[in-house]
Amino acid sequence: MKNISLLLLCSGFFSYAQETKDSLVPKDLKEVIVIGKKTQIHEKQSKSLATIDEFLDKGSKVDLVKRGAYAWEPLINSMATERTLITIDGMRIFGACTDKMDPITSYVEVSNLSEATVKSGQQGSCFGSTIGGAIDLKRSQNRFGDQQWDFALNTGFETNNRQKIVGSSVNYADSTYYLDTDVMFREADNYAAGNNREILYSQFRKLNFSGTAGFKFFTNKLLEASVIYDKATDVGYPALPMDVSLAEALITSLKYVVIPKSSLVKDWETKVYFNTITHRMDDTTRPSVPIHMDMPGWSKTFGMYSKATAVKNRHHFLANFNAFYNQSVAEMTMYPNDPNENLMFMYTWPDVRTLYTGLFAEDQWVFNCHSGLKLSVSAGSHTNDVASDFGLQSLQIFYPEMSRQKTRFLKSIAAHYNYHKGEWEYGLGLGYGERAPSVSEGYGFYLFNSSDRFDYVGNPNLSNEKSIETHAFIGFKKEKISTKISSSFFRISDYIIGTPDVSLVPMTIGASGVKLYTALSYATIFNVDWNSEIALSNSLKWNVGLLYSLGKDSNGNNLPLINPLSYKTALTFTKPKYNAAIECVGNTAQTRYGSVYGETNTADFALLNANFGYKWVVFSSKLYTKIGVENILDAYYTTYSDWNKVPRMGRNAFLNINFSL
Amino acid sequence: MKTLLKYTLSLFLLASALTFTACSSDDSNPEADELANLTKFQEFANETHTIELYSHMGSLEQGYNEVALRIKDNATGDYVKNAEVNWMPLMHMTMMNHSCPKSAVEKVTTNGTLYEGYIVFQMAQNATEYWDLKVNYTINGTAYSATAVIDVPASTERRVNTFTGTDGTKYIVAYAEPHHPKVAVNDVVFGVWKMQDMMNFPVVDGYTVKIDPRMPSMGNHSSPNNVDATQVTAGGLYEGKLSLTMTGYWKINLQLLNAEGTVLKGEAITDTVLESSIFFELEF
Repeated sequence: MKNISLLLLCSGFFSYAQETKDSLVPKDLKEVIVIGKKTQIHEKQSKSLATIDEFLDKGSKVDLVKRGAYAWEPLINSMATERTLITIDGMRIFGACTDKMDPITSYVEVSNLSEATVKSGQQGSCFGSTIGGAIDLKRSQNRFGDQQWDFALNTGFETNNRQKIVGSSVNYADSTYYLDTDVMFREADNYAAGNNREILYSQFRKLNFSGTAGFKFFTNKLLEASVIYDKATDVGYPALPMDVSLAEALITSLKYVVIPKSSLVKDWETKVYFNTITHRMDDTTRPSVPIHMDMPGWSKTFGMYSKATAVKNRHHFLANFNAFYNQSVAEMTMYPNDPNENLMFMYTWPDVRTLYTGLFAEDQWVFNCHSGLKLSVSAGSHTNDVASDFGLQSLQIFYPEMSRQKTRFLKSIAAHYNYHKGEWEYGLGLGYGERAPSVSEGYGFYLFNSSDRFDYVGNPNLSNEKSIETHAFIGFKKEKISTKISSSFFRISDYIIGTPDVSLVPMTIGASGVKLYTALSYATIFNVDWNSEIALSNSLKWNVGLLYSLGKDSNGNNLPLINPLSYKTALTFTKPKYNAAIECVGNTAQTRYGSVYGETNTADFALLNANFGYKWVVFSSKLYTKIGVENILDAYYTTYSDWNKVPRMGRNAFLNINFSL
Repeated sequence: MKTLLKYTLSLFLLASALTFTACSSDDSNPEADELANLTKFQEFANETHTIELYSHMGSLEQGYNEVALRIKDNATGDYVKNAEVNWMPLMHMTMMNHSCPKSAVEKVTTNGTLYEGYIVFQMAQNATEYWDLKVNYTINGTAYSATAVIDVPASTERRVNTFTGTDGTKYIVAYAEPHHPKVAVNDVVFGVWKMQDMMNFPVVDGYTVKIDPRMPSMGNHSSPNNVDATQVTAGGLYEGKLSLTMTGYWKINLQLLNAEGTVLKGEAITDTVLESSIFFELEF
């Protein structure tokens, strides 16, 4: 980030950034979840070697659907993968699993990243169309400078699931080159929920490697190549009827950055990228399955973007041209009990090719030192093409008139006004955005949802989903106190959701029926959150956070996966050499559950967590240890976002050690 | 660069050469096209002619068979183009003989040499019982005949049902097409005949064959948007639509309804009735 961010650390559990370098710099409404690398901050995290999922869980706008201990699916403003946009340094990546077992956050590791930028609604449409918002996972980036080597060793252990974490990083930089590499390995057994109840099939193993090399070939030109390789094996999903034997990703990119000497254009960044994901579900470890099946999936994406920023008078411009081409294929092969019978084969994703090209433009118009207006527009063309004849003919069973190709035009426009004077700050905005149906929503073929127990069939005739949103916040900040309340409201028309078709017979053994993706006339989602921090003394801080969401469809039914009232409160004590925190987290009961969508109520829960960190500095090397206990009272609980109500982890003590040279 | 040019040029030349050859074969050799997708599986002779039998699969089997034939003049080696042909398949059982449903034998094209029709073998041969085929033909007013034993093994999947309906009539319902079903909506062709006597099996007109495809190995699930088979023209076969959502073993459960809609045979599939008493099997 070019501007110095003042990170308001809310007890190290979540943080949001406000750029305050000088008052003529526009305000960006976003939340930055700091993950690592910025050493001091990293030390204040409650658990420095937490998974990305755990880091994201601490953000006030992000929640996660959990299907086990691994690969949680982020929700932004109570909206899941289809309605959000998750990028890694601006790169589009699509999971290869039809059952959402591999959100793209599962293919990166904390050691790869410096922060996650969460933007709400149309504020997040820079890299593509979204409804709920966007998360951009930013890779850690070295800087050119004096010749320097950095070595670091990370290791951790967690008692509950005997998770072992080992990692290291080697970084080099001089005035024309830099090279960052890191590797991290995690291995965990089954975890135990409260009262020591073992949750079978919750183990996982993950290896992640990343490398970045930069080369400055003029004073103002930079070329950077980057690769992430991630391989997870033997991953259990206790909430699902199957596990995963392999989830493998290779994410590569080449970036070219120019800092033009002109006074108008401030920087120009172009990136080409390619990523490939292989995902294999596995039911062979389960003791009894009605029928054994293989369900592999593949996703490959080529893409590019070219982004420039410019400043003219009081206008800060950003333009981004981006394009990607994705191939998504998933198969299902079922093995009949009679070995002489032919295998049963189908495409669950019929080799869908998606080509998107779009242009995003933004103007941050600073009126004066107190106020500014941010305007953004985007337009893109989105084409789906079913490349497999087999797959096309399969879908034509349901949609005889369906054609191979479908092109959509996606638009968005947003405005945000911000005012800041003295202790007070407020902002409000309006936005309109559209999205195309996801591959599953448009072209999925008998995708079993283990929560409502329906087989889902996609619908290529769906209209674009359209969202009108409004958001507002008001904040007050004095030396010892800061408080902010923000809310957002979305009215999403042609809201895509599965609707049962009683005339259809399910394919999956034991399924209750078949749902076709259809569009409700609209749905509304409302979120409000309040965060406060009070400095009780120079080293003692008290944080409180509340979040509440409501979601209704046009028939007045509750939507599924909507946050009930949830709260977090923490006391943090920070000294230069050590820090300590105690935290209480909980939800009230979810009584407004989406019963029409197969959801049931969720009881309330409350957890107590504590952690303590200490830093030793010996010459130039640093040893930082963090110990903590999560769920101290060993509560047996589940949340509204736990798939099939799989209970969460019971008491867990952890030890994280970071040694850097 | 030079080599690239050379390769491009030679590729172009090769492509055009292939195109021309393809065209010329169309012109000069109609017989080859006539036999496209057909395989000869048997020939037999009398004193004057040799009868060549062809089918798509290169064999016959129990059920519906499209059979093509050619008549070769033994003296000249030419194929006869102007014969009037009919045939009579006959099952030689231990106690009796009987025939089976069969079509007339028609010229495929006016100038061609092929004659074609269908035969529905409702039972397979066994160690003591066998089928033979008598081909009767007339050339320029002279009648000839040739007979040979033919090989009709049992089909691995059930493709034909023989049963007595609730109206007391004996029916034969057979699966004709497609030969190679796909994961798609398949255009299916069935035939319905009744047994008038041991030698006559006429097509039944105006009935409906209800279809319910199921996968017994996968919870007996069904598929959507099937269309029951009905007759397009009197005397012809029955056409319907069959949706198959995946590969594997499918049981196509049937119900035969007369013109009034009365079920003559077959049961609707429910949670307790897992299969109908009449069905076809497909595996691919």
